[in-house]
Parts: sequence; C-alpha cells; structure tokens
Amino acid sequence: MILKFSKKIISNQIGLLLPYLSINILKAEYNEIALLKGLANNDSKAVETLYKNHFSTIQHFIENNNGSFDDARDVFQEAMITLYEKVQNESFTLTCQIKTYLFSICKHLWLKRLQQIGKYSSPLSAQEESISVEADMEAFEKKDAAFAIMDRALNSLGEPCKSLLEGYYLNKKGMQELAAEFGYTNSDNAKNQKYKCLMRLKKLFFSQYNIGD
Amino acid sequence: MKQLDDIQLLEVIEKYLAGEMSASEAAQFESIRKETPEIDQMVVEHDMFLHEMDQYASRKNFSKRSAQIFNNLYNAGEWAPIDEQSTKFKVIQLWSKYKKVTAIAATVGGFIALFTSTLMMYFSPSLNGSQVLQLSKAIEVIKKNQQVQGHILNEVKTKLPENAKLLSGGSGFLIDTKGFIITNAHVLKGNGAIVINNVGQELKATIIYADKNVDLALLKIIDSDFEQPKSIPYTIRKKTTELGEEIYTLGYPRNDNDIVYGKGYLSAQSGFEGDSNAYQIQISANPGYSGAPIFNNNAEIIGIINTRQKQAEGVAFAIKSSKIFDLIESAQKEQSGEKSVHISKNMSVNKSGDRKKQIGDMKNFIYNIRSYN
Repeated sequence: MILKFSKKIISNQIGLLLPYLSINILKAEYNEIALLKGLANNDSKAVETLYKNHFSTIQHFIENNNGSFDDARDVFQEAMITLYEKVQNESFTLTCQIKTYLFSICKHLWLKRLQQIGKYSSPLSAQEESISVEADMEAFEKKDAAFAIMDRALNSLGEPCKSLLEGYYLNKKGMQELAAEFGYTNSDNAKNQKYKCLMRLKKLFFSQYNIGD
Repeated sequence: MKQLDDIQLLEVIEKYLAGEMSASEAAQFESIRKETPEIDQMVVEHDMFLHEMDQYASRKNFSKRSAQIFNNLYNAGEWAPIDEQSTKFKVIQLWSKYKKVTAIAATVGGFIALFTSTLMMYFSPSLNGSQVLQLSKAIEVIKKNQQVQGHILNEVKTKLPENAKLLSGGSGFLIDTKGFIITNAHVLKGNGAIVINNVGQELKATIIYADKNVDLALLKIIDSDFEQPKSIPYTIRKKTTELGEEIYTLGYPRNDNDIVYGKGYLSAQSGFEGDSNAYQIQISANPGYSGAPIFNNNAEIIGIINTRQKQAEGVAFAIKSSKIFDLIESAQKEQSGEKSVHISKNMSVNKSGDRKKQIGDMKNFIYNIRSYN
C-alpha cells in the first residue's frame, strides 16, 4: 500500500477531501487514510482507534520479549509519536499498513532498549511482519534530541517563566489571558515578562543546541 | 537600556515572523534586515528557535493527549497486563471455548525447539509484589534448526500447536491415575498447556480449573500417548504439618528437562504476612519450582511451592495441601456436566522404601508444565 497526501489538502474539510485528494492509492484502504488524516488533524477518535486496533499486538510482543506492560505502553507511545510526526510532514509516504509500520517502529525501539540494558540475548520472537524503519528512526532521534534540549531548557527556567512560556507557546493562550492568569496588571507587563523569559530560554536552548549539532 | 531594546527587537521579529505586520511595516523591516546583518541573523535564529518550539509544543501536546486517551481506555478495561488477565473466570471461559474447538491438533510442522530464556522475575500484582516472587518460568519459542538445538532437548517433535507462543512454565504433579495434575494458577499464563514427563515425553493437556486467589490450578492430560498408571506412590495430607518437619521437593527449575531434588524443613505454620493458607518453608527454591509438590518423610504431599521471599534467600512459601481438596470440590461444582474430577483412591506409599527408592517412584508422576497461547 502506498499513499501520499500533502498537508494542505489534509487540512481541508474531510467531507470534501476524497475527490480532491492527490492521493496515489494503489491498495490503500480508505479507513487507513481516514485514520492517518485524523491523526494529522489531532482527532482524538483517530488516536483512540489506533490504540484500540494495535496496542495489544505490541503488548504481546513486548511481554513475550522480556518486557512489561508498562514497557509496552511506553514503546507504543513513542511509535505513535513517530507516526504522528510523520503525518505532519508536507508530503509523507507510508509504504505499508499502519499495523506493520507501528509494529516495525516498536520492534526497533524495543530491540534498542534491550541492547541498552544488556538483556538482548537472542532474536526477538515475533510473528508480525515488519519493514525497515531506519530512515524514519533517524529523523525521529534527531527530533528527540532537540526535544530533550528544549525540555531541559524550559525546566531549568524556573517560575513564572516556565508556565508563562508554556502558556503562550504550548497552550497558545493570548497575552491578555495570561496576564489575568498570572496576575499582571496589564498585558503589556505580561508581554514584557514573556520576552525576558524568552531571551533566557533561547540562551539556554542554543547553548545546548549548537553543541548537539 | 540595552535589555529593553532587545526585548522590543524580539517583539518586532516575532511579529514579523508570525506575519502580523502590515505590508508597509514588513517592507520597512525587510529593508532594515538587509542593511543590518545582526538583525538578519537574529531573525534567522529566532525563526529556527520558533520552529523548534513548534515541534516541541506539537510533540508535547500530542504525548499528553495520547497518554490520556490510553489511560481512559486502560481504565475502561480495554487491556490489562497479561498477568492480571488470567482470573479464574477467564481461564474457565477460555477453556470451555477452547475445548469445543479442538482437542489440540498435534502439529509437527517444522522443528520447534524450546528453550527457557532468562528466568524472568515475575512479580504478581495480587501478592505483595515487591517482596515475594512467583517461581514460574518465562519461556520463549524460537524456530531453530534441529541439529543446533537437538542435543539440548529430546522433544523436537513438539505437540504444541503451530504458531503457539509459550508464555510460562513450572512444575506440577499427578493426583489421579486418569491424568489430573495440580500446579499453580500463575504457572498457566496462556490458555493452553502441555506437560512433559520425567523422560521428556510431551503430553497434551487442558486447563480444567484455576483459582487465582489460592494460586492453584487443575490440568488434565488428554493425550492418547498417556499411559495411565495403576496407582500413585504418594498421598496427600489433609491435616496441617508440624513445625520443623523435614521436607523435600521435586521439580523442574532448570532449563532442560532434568528433575531436581531439594531438601529443607517447615519453618512456619503460616505463609507470607500471616497467610493461613500457606506454610513458610526453608528450601532453596528457584523459578520453575512453582507448582512443585512438597513431601514429608512419609511421602505425603504437604504443600505446593508457589512463591519465595525476595529478600531472604532460602525462604519460600507453599500452599497447604488441604487446599487441593478445596480446589477439587470447587472444580466439581463448576464442572457439573463433566465426568467428575477427582483425586485418586489408589494412592499408597511404599513404606519400606528409603528416600532414594521413594524418589525413584515419584519422579514419573511429576511433570514439567508449559503454558502457551
């Protein structure tokens, strides 16, 4: 199955989508496309469906290979993030079923973790088919590194900077709302504070980011 | 003030990058950008930063949402850790379903060798997980060439159904000549089971009944290769046993199919945290001993090993043998339509025999148990 679609089109109304989609469908099932579309558009139902349809396979795989339920949860969560970020891309291609893709990612991640803790001793037992996901994992790891740097930088800022910036950049709140929430007398003061915090954050971030690259 | 300038500049850059400037403002800013390399660099840097912040926010928000969705599904009972799934009800339900479908097709496709992987320490949630550990084995199946693995096991022609995944294992013992076997419920993590006798012969079995609370389960051998013995060389004690009594056990803690003998004594009349269903025993118990019988000097089964204290080496716990009778009673009620489940009347001990003679007789009645899905 190969499917492609560009992000601009995804963000259109779903109902209008099908006739206009620049999807190159060979064997794609409509369901899978709809699901990926939902995932890209932050539709909770899509996320739920993916969990419902695919988690138990991963659970069995991990639990049969020296892992716990919690390990399975963490690994699957990471795989979901990988898929999520993949579908955010301008033009992404998935050359297999979602099931196979998620399993392949999980297998890769779990193998790596087993090797890290020195528990890997034999070929993993699995009945699911999997594909090579090296390229995707490389991209994911790069993003992972940047994510960790940003996370560390934000967490070392202290309050109120951390919450203020999170409110603005993560939760997309307006300056007025934030001013009220944090008790600034007006939004200009809040804005001023936000920029001071932002400068500190940038300094922290870039000191790590440049080294990391 | 320098800082104020920086703040204002940052504000302008952010406004510019967000496309919030009017056309004339933007044009003016762009010409400043062209003339001032520092400002140009700041714009590029900030753009890069905002991009990273965007990625960060996107991942962070998605993680949070998907974790919440997962938790909602989890709390609604969508999944449970496999260990928690095998409640009594479920085991019985699975068994009756499975019973109808097939009497296990014997498949000999491919040479599947079994090997026990690292002895996974398994903490049961229903017990005090941090302090006791159950003694079942985690088992993996891999397809291996017969020549490579053949010398390790003599069970190359496995009776496992094709594609079966071994989940757990332990020990068990015969309580009836018709092939009823007692083991621990936690040994049976899958819904199917095979048992392997002392000489390495595999026999198909079904799970008749399991009581997760007492941690006992009843299996029945349903294999035509099973040769029913005439009698059983030990008995099951109904009364409790005295402190300090010498005991011994026979089980399959090793990765191969060699039966292992262990000796110890009864050290307390109650189990972990005063559990009156169990004894505390002093014996070196390893994973795989789960379900193994504990005998006294009269070859009476006084208990079934199920857990060991994590901190104290040598301290193990055993379910009192009287619980076997309770289990059979419950199983009989549950299986009202079935031919009755029972404990053999033909149990007798060769009183003249010494320990070695006793063990020699007994070991053919103690099985290595493997459970699969």
